[in-house]
Amino acid sequence: MVSFVIVSHSRLLAESVADFTRIMADQVTVIPAGGLEDGSFGTSYGLISGAIDKAYTEDGVLVLMDMGSAVMTTEMVLEAMADRKVKMVDCPLVEGAVAGTIDAAGGLSMETIYRNLTDSGYINKF
Amino acid sequence: MNNENIIHAIDKMIDVMESQKEFLTELDNVIGDGDHGINMARGFGEINKKRDLLAVMDAGDMIKNVGMILVATVGGASGPLYGTAFMKAGAFLKGKEEIGFEDFLEAFQCAIEGVMARGKAAEGEKTMLDAMLPAKRAMEKEWNLTGDEKKSLEAGISAAKAGVEYTKTIIATKGRASYLGERSIGHQDPGATSFTFLLEAIASQI
Repeated sequence: MVSFVIVSHSRLLAESVADFTRIMADQVTVIPAGGLEDGSFGTSYGLISGAIDKAYTEDGVLVLMDMGSAVMTTEMVLEAMADRKVKMVDCPLVEGAVAGTIDAAGGLSMETIYRNLTDSGYINKF
Repeated sequence: MNNENIIHAIDKMIDVMESQKEFLTELDNVIGDGDHGINMARGFGEINKKRDLLAVMDAGDMIKNVGMILVATVGGASGPLYGTAFMKAGAFLKGKEEIGFEDFLEAFQCAIEGVMARGKAAEGEKTMLDAMLPAKRAMEKEWNLTGDEKKSLEAGISAAKAGVEYTKTIIATKGRASYLGERSIGHQDPGATSFTFLLEAIASQI
């Protein structure tokens, strides 16, 4: 089953998004990587890298991020693990996490979930 | 430039990032998330802790490791951006004992390309590139004209400062400041400012 990592500048936001996915996809592993090590706002290379390690299985890990350094830092983490099945997804954080984990719980592959989340229209609100 | 000059330039960077911490944070408070000074001081503070390990490395490794420490510890956009810049420059300088000015310019070009690729940014978007690119052009021009390292760096610093001034006149289209749109006009870019401080630190050792 595909796992997820939620990267945010805010520890609380990342934890809450991860928590929120449990309503409909409790069986999916979602690891938050929010804020800096001391809990302050920011993005941490170490926390992101550690979260991916924790979430990792051969089925792959999709990483969802908020903005700016969350994206760039994740990019650098992924460059250092080029041999692993990990992909960053450019999609809204909350909607993407909910829709993606439901897909994962349904047994869809990483490639399919990735395509769904980046296909415009899949998670539009209206 | 040899290893000794470079570690001294790094020492200067550590000092200036600590002394300008408040100023950079104030700039970032206005158009960003208010952490640039704190983040840069944290990153360079970590470099300071590993200073003795860095000092015995060859120039390329030293600069690359500075980049890796910044990526791991800065915690904001300047981490991956400056981190990539130093890592690219370090990779270019790998194995060189003595760094000539042409090597420096080439390494600087690698750093700029790294920042552009990492930030998906170009000149004129109110970022550090608005100081880096003019500085590169001015240094190259002066170097080709005079072959004088000191003069070339001075020209680079003047151009970087002019670039910082220019950032006051334009709208931010990258980073958190881009959400402010026109309200970002009138304020200088913190990244362009911190870059100018770093270039001054390098120039102090030539």
